[in-house]
Amino acid sequence: MTAPSKEFMEMKQEAIQMTGAEAVIRSLLEEGVETIFGYPGGAIMPVYDALYDFDKQVRHILTRHEQGAVHAAQGYARVTGKVGVCFATSGPGATNLITGIADAMIDSTPLVCITGQVASPLLGTDAFQESDVVGISMPVTKWNYQITTPEEIPTAIAQAFYIARSGRPGPVLLDLTKDAQFGKFDFSYTRCEKIRSYVPEYPLDKGSLKTAADLIDGAKKPFLLFGQGVILSGAERELQEFIEKAGIPAAGTLLGLSALDSDHKLHTGMLGMHGNYGPNIKTNECDVLIAVGMRFDDRVTGDVKRYARQAKVIHLEIDPSEIDKIIKADVAVLGDAKKSLRMLTRLVKKQEHKEWVNEFHQAADIEMEQVIQRDLFPAKAGLTMGEVVRMSSELTNNHSVVVADVGQNQMAAARYSKFSQTRSHISSGGLGTMGFGLPAAIGAKIGAPDRDVVAFVGDGGLQMTIQELGTIAQEHLPVKVVVLNNHFLGMVRQWQQLFFERRYSFTEMVNPNFVKIAEGFGIPGKQVTTREELQVAMKEMIEHPGPYLLDVLVEKEDNIFPMVPSGASVSDILLSAEE
Amino acid sequence: MKEEFIISAYSENHIGLLNRITIIFTRRKVNIESLTVSESALRGISKFTIVVREERSRVENIVKQIEKQVDVLKAYFHMNDEMIFQEIALYKVPTQALMESDQIERMVRQHNARILEITKDYTVIEKTGHKEETQELFEGLNRFGVLQFIRSGRVAITRSSNERLSEFLAERDALLASIEMKSN
Repeated sequence: MTAPSKEFMEMKQEAIQMTGAEAVIRSLLEEGVETIFGYPGGAIMPVYDALYDFDKQVRHILTRHEQGAVHAAQGYARVTGKVGVCFATSGPGATNLITGIADAMIDSTPLVCITGQVASPLLGTDAFQESDVVGISMPVTKWNYQITTPEEIPTAIAQAFYIARSGRPGPVLLDLTKDAQFGKFDFSYTRCEKIRSYVPEYPLDKGSLKTAADLIDGAKKPFLLFGQGVILSGAERELQEFIEKAGIPAAGTLLGLSALDSDHKLHTGMLGMHGNYGPNIKTNECDVLIAVGMRFDDRVTGDVKRYARQAKVIHLEIDPSEIDKIIKADVAVLGDAKKSLRMLTRLVKKQEHKEWVNEFHQAADIEMEQVIQRDLFPAKAGLTMGEVVRMSSELTNNHSVVVADVGQNQMAAARYSKFSQTRSHISSGGLGTMGFGLPAAIGAKIGAPDRDVVAFVGDGGLQMTIQELGTIAQEHLPVKVVVLNNHFLGMVRQWQQLFFERRYSFTEMVNPNFVKIAEGFGIPGKQVTTREELQVAMKEMIEHPGPYLLDVLVEKEDNIFPMVPSGASVSDILLSAEE
Repeated sequence: MKEEFIISAYSENHIGLLNRITIIFTRRKVNIESLTVSESALRGISKFTIVVREERSRVENIVKQIEKQVDVLKAYFHMNDEMIFQEIALYKVPTQALMESDQIERMVRQHNARILEITKDYTVIEKTGHKEETQELFEGLNRFGVLQFIRSGRVAITRSSNERLSEFLAERDALLASIEMKSN
């Protein structure tokens, strides 16, 4: 008998016999996972049993609902740039993840969701807690896969992480049958570095960049729009260097916020339906529009037929399917934003566009006078959402991570928070998922334990995932929850007022006492109704070492302005309801 | 303006991928006129041929969405005149009708069809061609009562080049090797 070869011996050493369930945990550790958000149940019990032995290496956060787990994983991913991981059981556990997965898909958030599934012989038999999760999640995942044997686990997990974080990030779901978790096999792990059918990004497009640089050099009124792509590719510094060299005013999408310091002299504000006045009207006055890592969402463009028709459009984008999807690009630059911007900065001439930048300042003055003044320094006694948000921003020196739910609270948080560092604004953009805020703040706090995390939520959205106060309490997470409470589903009410003749159809809410609810979870809190109380309580909240809930009773029927009405052009942005 | 397009895609032969591709059409409320999936010249790589009537811009968008799927290697689209395409049809007619006159036999000759099987009860005829051609034969044969009729999805091949999949795969390897990825 000949001796086994050297290679074979090495392989043998690497491979350790273990169950599929343990292999799941070991694979996650190989990918550097430190935190898992999840909820156990029958079909994923073997994995949870394996997890029991790894409490030193990995922290598991037990949320109160699977939707909480996936939103927390999103918050974690958004604040750290790492892949968020969550566990759920089969059937209802898995279907409860779907909203968060859809949210992560449309907002390009890297997630790996691992769901338990009934044993493979039972697939398709309507077994207890069986649902076709691979089928259900297909339209809302970047990739998904069902694992039915333990041998598939390491490769599937390696591919899942590679796909989730590379190129345009997105959520991946792995459905793991119970027999694959129980089965034993020889485990060894290799990280995935490529998949032949998948091109995560295209190489630097030098030709297009040269054309783009020529257009930019010749422009009199260039304007740059930055989206989350800048953050996802880590191109914040490259963005700043580019606009500073070329002298180009810039504005962020909702998800692009915090990619550039709010106080940067070329930062002109936020785009979109409730964005700033200047960026919206100037979109239709610029001569070259440079879009970086953004996808021309309809909340940004308004009527596309009347959007930037006068401008040459340069689109820097990693995902080929976004090119020409909504707005036709005169120059499309495929590739990673960081690499493209770095090259573009080298190619363009140093310029200043003083008069053009000044036009943005003039627009900002108009908005200040007609909108912001009223929001931040109201003459009336009633509190505005804007002043609450700005006070929090100031008390944290613009260093906090701002998590927002959806609706008026979200727009106030986006408009009046100031950001001095990247990955500081976390909100559900594309899907607009009410209930996102509170659980996302949990993930954000775990991902950024040294930073203040302030969640702005409405009274409606809070009640969609309010049970996650239990998670905050159990994990002693110092998350600060600010309820912008107007006893209405505020944004819907605003639309009813403006476009449905004040027919407030099912938007008024009779709310519980949120402070008492928080108290029930062992979380201190305070309700405030006046400016004086707010000052004191907000300071107390920020300085409090643990979690805190601040219930701020704001003006009941206040509106968010400016506003580009649905279907209108960005030029037709309204500064008030009287217009 | 809606026109007929042939969408082709090469993919890994993975479970569920057909669903991933068809939901791209469903989501946009685009009807698939015909669909054929089969192994390509290379083992393990499937080829999809999908026929739609749609506006060009929507087809462009759909093709990009197909190619975006992780398990899809390449997707593209063509107008009918850019491809050679065929469909296959099978017709079952009563053998008695074949015996009673020479009309069916003449039709088979005229249409370049062929007889696959004859039993004492029925005869199966096969015809390959464009839809209009297989339809025309159906209408002719149906005067004698077609017992069963089935038409396949379209298969198509480009006029411009051969199916050089292996070359494409080599190019893809080079492309992937050229991208320096973030290591996080």
